[in-house]
Amino acid sequence: MLDTISAKAPLVVCRGVGKSWETKGGTVTALDGIDLLVDRREFVVFLGPSGCGKSTLLYLIAGLEAVTSGTITSGGLEVKVPGTDRGLIFQESSLFPWMSVGENVTFGLKLRGMKPEERRGIANELLRKVGLGDAADKRPDQLSGGMRQRAAMARALALRPEVLLLDEPFAALDVQTRSKMQDFLIEVWRDSGASMLFVTHHIDEAVGLADRVVVFTSRPGRIKSIVPVDLPRPRDPRSPEFHALSDHLTDLLRDEVDRAFAEQERVR
Amino acid sequence: MKALPLTAGALPAVASTTARRLRAVRGLTIVIWWVLSLGCFAGIWEAAWALGWADPLLLPPPHIFLARFSDQAQAFASNDVIGEVSADSAYVALLTTIVASSLRVLAGLALGFTFSVGMGLLIRYFRPFGNLTLPTITLLAPISPIAWLPVAIFIFGIGNPPAIFMVFISLFFVMTLSTISQVDSVSRTFLNVGAIMGASRRQLFLHVIVPAILPSLFMTLRMNLFGAWMVVLVAEATGVGSGLGQIVMLARNTFNSSLSFFTMTLIGLVGFLFDVALRQVQNRVLFWVPPSAVGRL
Ligand SMILES: Nc1ncnc2c1ncn2[C@@H]1O[C@H](COP(=O)(O)OP(=O)(O)OP(=O)(O)O)[C@@H](O)[C@H]1O
Ligand SMILES: [Mg+2]
Repeated sequence: MLDTISAKAPLVVCRGVGKSWETKGGTVTALDGIDLLVDRREFVVFLGPSGCGKSTLLYLIAGLEAVTSGTITSGGLEVKVPGTDRGLIFQESSLFPWMSVGENVTFGLKLRGMKPEERRGIANELLRKVGLGDAADKRPDQLSGGMRQRAAMARALALRPEVLLLDEPFAALDVQTRSKMQDFLIEVWRDSGASMLFVTHHIDEAVGLADRVVVFTSRPGRIKSIVPVDLPRPRDPRSPEFHALSDHLTDLLRDEVDRAFAEQERVR
Repeated sequence: MKALPLTAGALPAVASTTARRLRAVRGLTIVIWWVLSLGCFAGIWEAAWALGWADPLLLPPPHIFLARFSDQAQAFASNDVIGEVSADSAYVALLTTIVASSLRVLAGLALGFTFSVGMGLLIRYFRPFGNLTLPTITLLAPISPIAWLPVAIFIFGIGNPPAIFMVFISLFFVMTLSTISQVDSVSRTFLNVGAIMGASRRQLFLHVIVPAILPSLFMTLRMNLFGAWMVVLVAEATGVGSGLGQIVMLARNTFNSSLSFFTMTLIGLVGFLFDVALRQVQNRVLFWVPPSAVGRL
């Protein structure tokens, strides 16, 4: 590609990113002065109180919303619109109910004009990778919540993205399924070679997955601190190091959640 | 990569026979309530007649207007035949009349649905086109379809076209506006998925918006079905000169109350069958909509 990008260059770069909306009640500032570099193959988790703008930042990087200030680049190019180098996985089920699971998974390829016969094979292969080998002809509503998120992941992987943006993808799942899905996500990450940007409210999930945890302040969202997680994988949630990190993050987060609550009280 | 198996619970065969029996019982229950409902309605009417409260000339009970079926059918034979018509050709005439009216409704529904959905999509796809046409459509929409009847006759004269036009008009404005509001309320997530997967504006309309709005548009079509039957009957009664609507008019002019109720029964039955047929189409075409959302009897 461009000569200016060396192999060491970060994949996603946010510089002074801010986002605000004009509403009837005045200007709502969701994000302010976000500086963040995400390396290739890095796993970054966003942690922060509700409403601090984590989803907004993912949507900005995805190109679904435009920044109010600052710039975002992905692979050296400024992000203005969505691009297939960036995949996004939503919190709620986002499979189209009018397509079979297999058609959903290869929807992006269909848009690029790939023929149905060709797509079928790819769908089966992708679904096998996410452990849904026999689901191609099922309807999305015949799958469980965890299976749907796997299918959504297969759909994103079909376009071979360089970065996967995941907005609380496991929030609606039960504890057992969630933990399985976390192991599974690590496999997908290793296998695909993509960077991961993962939003969660769960501190243990953050420590379990991340290379680095980005902690946000309450609104307007700024980066409060970036905590590296240098534990070897697979990680043992019962190890003292794991506990130490999650305690540290809990403390960081508690201040912000308290502030967010105090603010809400004031507004009322 | 190692796949993590998430077992889908396999249903034992016993469960499916139980389910089948349950469905049979539910079906039977529905039939029983239908019979009871109709039985009560007809029973009260018959009782009113038996007690002498209902004048058989004005309000003939079902056993009178449904008896002598072939006599009733005579009325449907075209009036330029002089003298008695054979029972067989009377039945043919009856069937022809029903089919003629049905085809008018069907043609109007198909044209109205296609054009209104197309119009709604164009309005949202090409903004300037929308700005140009939407004010007019919004103003024309509240005009009752019946008010269009003279226009239909001025333009199309006598025959099928004015009746079909009436159905078309009764659907077009309502469904165009409904299409627009459906397009505007397509789930943000679905649109975002389309955009993320690299869809162009055209692809977004074709592959996301159209399938997303189709189920509720079909519901709107079904709700407008009875309205379509109404305008066809009015058109037939006044301008077209054939069909079930004309028979209703004939019954009125000849003061034949038996024929009037007989035709009403036919209209009710055919309308009901239309709704059943539309629901079947809906179940086939819109397979992803759960039956509970399709609307039950
Ligand atoms: N379209 C919009 N118009 C106005 N304000 C918005 C809009 N979208 C988001 N916001 C506001 O921006 C702030 C950040 O929202 P965002 O959804 O990014 O938060 P979040 O960190 O993802 O929260 P949660 O953890 O609850 O998902 C919120 O206060 C929200 O009300
Ligand atoms: Mg969010």
